[in-house]
Amino acid sequence: MDAIAIISIFVLAVFVGFEVVSKVSSTLHTPLMSGANAIHGVILVGAIIVADHSKTNLELGLSLAAIVLATINMVGGFVVTDRMLEMFKPKKDAAKAVADEKGGK
Amino acid sequence: MNTTLYSLIGLGAGVAFILALKGLSHPKTARRGNLIGAAGATVATLSVFLYVTPPHDGTAAHSLPLHHLGLILAAIAVGLIVGVPAARKVEMTQMPQLVALFNGVGGGAAALVAIVEYLNLGADATTAEVIFTVFTVVVGCVSFSGSIITFMKLQELMTTRPVVFPGGRFVIAGTLVAVLGTSVWVVSALGTTPLLVLAALSLLFGVLFVLPVGGADVPIVISLLNAFTGLTVAASGYVLSSTLLIIAGTLVGASGTILTRLMAEAMGRSLFGTLFGAFTAKPQAASTSAEERPVRSGSPDDVAILLNYARRVVIVPGFGLAVAQAQHTVRELADLMISKGIDVAYGIHPVAGRMPGHMNVLLAEANVPYDQLAEMDEVNPTFGQTDVAIVIGANDVVNPAAQTTPGCPIYGMPILEVNHASNIIFLKRSMRPGFAGIENELLYDPKTMLLFGDAKASLTKVVSALKAL
Repeated sequence: MDAIAIISIFVLAVFVGFEVVSKVSSTLHTPLMSGANAIHGVILVGAIIVADHSKTNLELGLSLAAIVLATINMVGGFVVTDRMLEMFKPKKDAAKAVADEKGGK
Repeated sequence: MNTTLYSLIGLGAGVAFILALKGLSHPKTARRGNLIGAAGATVATLSVFLYVTPPHDGTAAHSLPLHHLGLILAAIAVGLIVGVPAARKVEMTQMPQLVALFNGVGGGAAALVAIVEYLNLGADATTAEVIFTVFTVVVGCVSFSGSIITFMKLQELMTTRPVVFPGGRFVIAGTLVAVLGTSVWVVSALGTTPLLVLAALSLLFGVLFVLPVGGADVPIVISLLNAFTGLTVAASGYVLSSTLLIIAGTLVGASGTILTRLMAEAMGRSLFGTLFGAFTAKPQAASTSAEERPVRSGSPDDVAILLNYARRVVIVPGFGLAVAQAQHTVRELADLMISKGIDVAYGIHPVAGRMPGHMNVLLAEANVPYDQLAEMDEVNPTFGQTDVAIVIGANDVVNPAAQTTPGCPIYGMPILEVNHASNIIFLKRSMRPGFAGIENELLYDPKTMLLFGDAKASLTKVVSALKAL
């Protein structure tokens, strides 16, 4: 890929990132961080590509380690973000959840 | 799969990530947004198995399946076995350390990818590729070791206080110079040894960089390291010619940067001051008379009576709430007050707890509706009409010294102005000052009542006393 195309993508992504994130309510800062965290787990794609390219055992070993770490990052990140977001409820739902909790006991 | 389709899938996943971040702007759309992001990541991962990226040496791509397919799948399985249960089982109070840990492994993965790619490129590498590889290795390693230290601090595997040793700032500056010097060496000499030296020095720098940061500043560091990892992923996207990695990494870098800036603003200081504050801060003169001054301590019954006749109550939670796991008991108390017709709100300081928005997550876990959670700017003007402010395990975020005492370490930090409320109740374990180690004058104020003990036990007693009234 030529350098100009890459720089264009980078610059535009910076602006999109700033624009989208500056609107996030501070209530959701923790899920935002853990969601963003999960997104960079997509390095898994890179780890799989380098594993395929590996020529020596050292390269293969390192890239397999990268795959393990990246999978933990990506899957763990999305799961934990979902768990957190599941708990954010407006008033009506929250009251219902409390009632369910009490009924269950 | 042909190259065009593969690239389009990458673009689609990039858009999914943008939608995921956009969804987080409101609690209503957040969960769906996260699922869109997860779907994008899954599709992108699957597409790599159906398309062979041509290697750099110009030889044609081999045919499917991928080399080492079995091992790759096994490694993914290991990651799933480790990651999913950890994410499922973690307590909400331990969320900051889990996020730090996930961030660290992501940074480590990016650094490993860059190292392998570097070994693989050998002499064919262009200077630009080498520079990006060096960047990824350095920042990825810093993010990895820095996040691990942050995790250990939060998990209390080591002291949560700033670790400062004599000459520390010269050691950290020296390490940074060594990292930069080695980077130049790697770019000019192109060898495996220089790269491994660079990785080791970067790991060391990450440790030194985080050690002097105290617990209250940890939210800023987590957020900054998150931005770092994002940028390393973007840089490795350049080396691997993957648009998806560039988009995803840059988005995370941008969001982490914004969040870091917001956190630093919420603490009223510059990012630089936060990160390097421990080196420059002068030890505070210990207040000797602190223990002898009279404070008004009350019983749970006193607190219940005060609450029973209040019209408006604001609850201010802090890290102590997380430590005591008292979020469910707080909600019980709030529900009880609401049923008595009292107007109840939670006043949330942006840096209360150990990560941005930590209190919101804890209270959401206890099924507190998010519309009862008021941000600082929203709740501050209402303290004048508030009969009782209950401060649970928070200290620095309500300390008026931040507004009145120039020169104190937290001077300039915006605070929750509970001092304007008619009555203030502090739930505290002891008279020990907060994390910043500054005496809080508010504790000696005549309108303040202290309720000593574990927050959860105290609140339970207040709830039963209030029920009896």
